[in-house]
Amino acid sequence: MGPSLASLFRGNLPLIAGLSIFAVLAVASIFGPMIVDQSLAQVGAVAPRRPPSALHWFGTDAQGRDVLTVMALAMPQTLKIGLIAGLISLTVGVTLGLVAGFMGGLIDATIRTASDVMMTIPSVAVLVLVAANVRSMSVELMAVIVAGLSWMVAARAIRAQTLSVRERGYVQVARLSGLGGLRLVFVEVLPNLLPYIAASFVIAVGQAMLATIGLEALGLGPQTELTLGMTIFWAQFYGAIIRGMWWWWGPPILALALIFIALLLTSAGMDRVANKRLGGL
Amino acid sequence: MYLDYAIRRFGIMLLVFALAVSINFALPRLTPGDPVEQQLNQLVSTSSGSVGDVKAIVDSYRARFGLDQPVWRQYFDYWGMVLRFDLGFSLANYPERVSESIAGAMPWTLGLLGMATLISFAIGTLMGGLLAWPRAPRWLGWFAAPFLVLSAIPYFLIGVILLFVGAIVYRVFPAGGGFPFDMTPGFNWATVGGILWHATLPALSIVLAQIGSWAIGMRGMLVSVLGEDYIMLAEAKGLTQRRIFLWYAVRNALLPQITKLALTLGHLVSGAILVEVIFSYPGMGYRLYQAIQSKDFFVIQGIVLVLSISIAVTMFVLDLLYPLIDPRITNKRN
Repeated sequence: MGPSLASLFRGNLPLIAGLSIFAVLAVASIFGPMIVDQSLAQVGAVAPRRPPSALHWFGTDAQGRDVLTVMALAMPQTLKIGLIAGLISLTVGVTLGLVAGFMGGLIDATIRTASDVMMTIPSVAVLVLVAANVRSMSVELMAVIVAGLSWMVAARAIRAQTLSVRERGYVQVARLSGLGGLRLVFVEVLPNLLPYIAASFVIAVGQAMLATIGLEALGLGPQTELTLGMTIFWAQFYGAIIRGMWWWWGPPILALALIFIALLLTSAGMDRVANKRLGGL
Repeated sequence: MYLDYAIRRFGIMLLVFALAVSINFALPRLTPGDPVEQQLNQLVSTSSGSVGDVKAIVDSYRARFGLDQPVWRQYFDYWGMVLRFDLGFSLANYPERVSESIAGAMPWTLGLLGMATLISFAIGTLMGGLLAWPRAPRWLGWFAAPFLVLSAIPYFLIGVILLFVGAIVYRVFPAGGGFPFDMTPGFNWATVGGILWHATLPALSIVLAQIGSWAIGMRGMLVSVLGEDYIMLAEAKGLTQRRIFLWYAVRNALLPQITKLALTLGHLVSGAILVEVIFSYPGMGYRLYQAIQSKDFFVIQGIVLVLSISIAVTMFVLDLLYPLIDPRITNKRN
């Protein structure tokens, strides 16, 4: 059952392009921190405010850090926040979506109202409040907070699909042959939702990263850790844009733009796969 | 049926309202320590006495919040304050009230976000419509592609690049602020011109990022409209292509776009907030940024509350409006 991996990718240029960008970023995140001299990312390690040169390829920032080293260390952290937050919000969203779609009734109404309400509250607003009240922000804590505010999209999508899968012939047959409750959900329903779960995951990661970057730009990110968003915040904080220090804010912005474009491409590609299974839309 | 729908939407708005107020109430109390005193002490130790009479502020807040009262009592008192729009004082700019501070910043955000959204809606919707129209010129696809890419990128990242190019490298536009420093704002053309001049770059970064997402939504909508029978009938009647496109296809695909506006409102506002930070634009976002930098806790709380509530109310109004404009939606939803 299910399409083979090769047929998934055939003719799906957005998916191939998006995942390729992620592969490159992942390789850079894994090997980058090993190659660079990490001490160069400490404040005062090098002469500050130098444009790119043979010695410092990406120049140095106002606090005397080598921008290339900072980038190599910040990239994995940012991807880590996105992945952790995406996974948590997907788990919560899929669980609630399945329960709502399968149980129906009061439980469904409660979950649906909760997700409607949460969708209306601007996540950045709640994040600002939480972050302003927390003593010290860490990468992991940030991921958890962001995830708590972005499970709704996945929950909605999975609920809608569960409702449609639930009424299909093979589920009815399984139900009539005595398969019930959890086994029915996990054996018959869940596998058929995989394309939608994958698509929801990409959206969840994207939303989580967007919220994270927003918090960091406001200065509420992890102050002592290096992430792409914090790099932009410090650049803005020390007036790097006004002073024309493009080599400081340029690399993190390009890296983030690349991540978001890759997310868009992957999401568009996933959409094609998910809709193909519906019989093409 | 419409009444049921309206009541449900109203209920959700009330829930959002209650949740926003409760979160605002609970969060500072869940964290250990006394936030008021802590923030104030920190402020006093880091700044040189521009805070005002600290003890008076602390005392006024203790009395005001009744921190010795039981929690449920505090909770009801807090509701009373919120309903009277009494959000306390700014710690950094004492004795300015938080409500005054927000009222001063709100028009800038509304103006910037409203203008930028209108412009990008118009351009993006037209572009998306033409993208789905089989008789549109071929070059349009190439022209639209960059906008689709830009739509993936957070607004303020585009803002940084625009600021650098438009105000630093080529000194065409101002690098920040809402109007020229040497100008006293008044009701005259110079003021309007100055304000528009300063709003150009921030608005442009929102517009550039939004066009693509409006275009994508409209394209999808128009594709499904083009399959409808009334389009075929219009073709059979021999109407001109322009007439079919504008009055039969676009008109019917346009209304569901409003649904999208309601769904992405929170996203739009969050995006605009960060653009303001980049351009030091004197709206709610920049005020929030300043408040975070100076740990001006009551301003942070107030802005968060006002943002949540205004988004909830706007969504409620949009939710109520679109079944009236487009009766198909109520049927689909239920």
